[in-house]
Amino acid sequence: MTKVAPPDPPGTLSRRGLLGRALGAAALLLRRGGDAEAAPPTNTSPMRPAVPEDATKLLGRPPVELGERSPFEQPRRLVDIPLPSGTSLTPLQDLAGVVTPSDLHYERHHAGVASLDPDRYKLLVHGLVERPTVFTLADLKRFPSRSVVRFLECSGNGARGYSDIKEDWSPQQIDGLTSTSEWTGVPLATLLREVGVKPSATWFLAEAEDAALYARSIPVSKAGDDAMIVYGQNGEALRPEQGYPVRLLCPGWEGSTNVKWLRRLELSDHPFMTRDETSKYTDPLANGTARQFSFEMDAKSIITFPAFPAALSGPGWWEIKGLAWSGRGRIARVDLSTDGGASWTAAELQEPVLPKCHTRFRHPWRWDGREAVLMSRAIDETGYVQPRLEDLRAVRGPGTYYHFNNVRAWRVRPDGRVSFALRA
Amino acid sequence: MIASRARRGPAIATAILLVLASACARDRETSSPGAEASAVPRSPEVSASVFAVPSASPYGLGRPATADEIRAWDVGVSPDGRGLPPGRGSVAEGEKIYAAQCIACHGPEGEGGPYDRLASRAPVEGFPFGTEPALLSRRTIGNYWPYATTLYDYIHRAMPQAVPGSLQPSEVYALVAYVLYLNRIVPAGAVMDAQALPRVRMPAHDRFVRDDRRGGAEVR
Repeated sequence: MTKVAPPDPPGTLSRRGLLGRALGAAALLLRRGGDAEAAPPTNTSPMRPAVPEDATKLLGRPPVELGERSPFEQPRRLVDIPLPSGTSLTPLQDLAGVVTPSDLHYERHHAGVASLDPDRYKLLVHGLVERPTVFTLADLKRFPSRSVVRFLECSGNGARGYSDIKEDWSPQQIDGLTSTSEWTGVPLATLLREVGVKPSATWFLAEAEDAALYARSIPVSKAGDDAMIVYGQNGEALRPEQGYPVRLLCPGWEGSTNVKWLRRLELSDHPFMTRDETSKYTDPLANGTARQFSFEMDAKSIITFPAFPAALSGPGWWEIKGLAWSGRGRIARVDLSTDGGASWTAAELQEPVLPKCHTRFRHPWRWDGREAVLMSRAIDETGYVQPRLEDLRAVRGPGTYYHFNNVRAWRVRPDGRVSFALRA
Repeated sequence: MIASRARRGPAIATAILLVLASACARDRETSSPGAEASAVPRSPEVSASVFAVPSASPYGLGRPATADEIRAWDVGVSPDGRGLPPGRGSVAEGEKIYAAQCIACHGPEGEGGPYDRLASRAPVEGFPFGTEPALLSRRTIGNYWPYATTLYDYIHRAMPQAVPGSLQPSEVYALVAYVLYLNRIVPAGAVMDAQALPRVRMPAHDRFVRDDRRGGAEVR
């Protein structure tokens, strides 16, 4: 990475700063020019995409119907478990902003990706309702629509980062089971009013049209809050991996409640106690009980740069960047430590700061070249503070697995290499 | 989309268009349910309660579900036995089906294989899953599942993984009986059906508590 001019401290704007930046940019251009002369032409390397040596001397290509990424950019999900009931992880360290490109949205399926024909799609809503109803996809799209930007996160995200720690884990490997999309659809409350929910209904079963008929019980109150039936993702139809053509969206709640390929909602006066809300997705505690229906995702953050596999080329100004989110609302603050948690300072939150949405934080850091341990700590608008590992283990017990949201740490070594460290 | 609606009658489509154009439009010339949409408030979705329901569909969208449609898809089974179909199966019958359909993934006598371990009552003392990380892969039906009805529900939904939905209700009852027997919850002569299954009390039944996390300063 090329060294660039240092940023001014937040909130200052000086002539000297501006001049410094201009000089820095000029120096950067000069240096790049010099490098180009010395380095072999890039288009002769078998490992790199072929591009002209001088793009200003060759007419570019005309428009095409479907764009694609620069051949130099090859972000990939990491297929962690290559089974129909497996997972793939979002490359958090490769992302900019807060929206995850749809083809990089994490995956967790229970019986593989279902293939559904939108013209044959039906959503059945029945049980404790006045008017059991079947909606087509076209019906759903006629309701007043909403778009919201919200994160999803598997409740098992990060769990193995506490039991089997490896220094050469990237943010993707530690916390890649979370992504953010703009979701478009109809508020579930609108749909429930359309069928007329009976006052005795307190839960509903949301069921998938997949090979597991995957099903979860959801409190009706979530519909009164912010649950949605969504068919759009990031400006287009849902991806098959995210439930095409229709999924349930329960903002802020563990990913497994956001039932994909949704085909049935049954209103009921009790939860159904499906396998995935009893045997799985429950949290044994140290007191000999297990927490059930633990829907909300606690606040969490992770530094995505500098983080393995990135390395720092030398001392000087660097921007620490990362993502923070909370299932209970907006991120209020992210604290950063560069000394292993001995001291903390508030990072800058980058707009947009949306409820139940990935929020980007950044912080200018002047690295002195000595070993440093970087940590981030999210605080949400309820006042919840992302806990240290020992605090989390103390209240839940060491056997806890889901909802593992403790502070993560990165060790920057004097040679610039960065490794995952559970704590200082 | 208006065209698809129009299949059900131009008068309804007209009514819907009127509603969309004017929230207080009221078309009394048609007696179809769609006309009730004219009673819709300007923005029904802002109403606070999902139970504040007019006597008919605010938007008149969708169509009534038929009894056959509901029956075909209504597979959910509840802890009190609601949803369990007719049929019955014994431990002995279940053992044969298990050997043919389940053993490759779950191992002999449910001891585990490529997929979940199904049978074991150990640890018989307490419920130490929260304190012993090594027990994560040793959660079984016998030591962790709180409801026996979940077995029927899940096997019927999702098993066997390669041919889901291929088992008849009596075969599912038989497998449920056999797996409960492997976990020493029912005797070798047990027969499961819609009456017997909800009465099976699981060892971990009383272990589950509702989420007590509420946000705020306290970490739970």
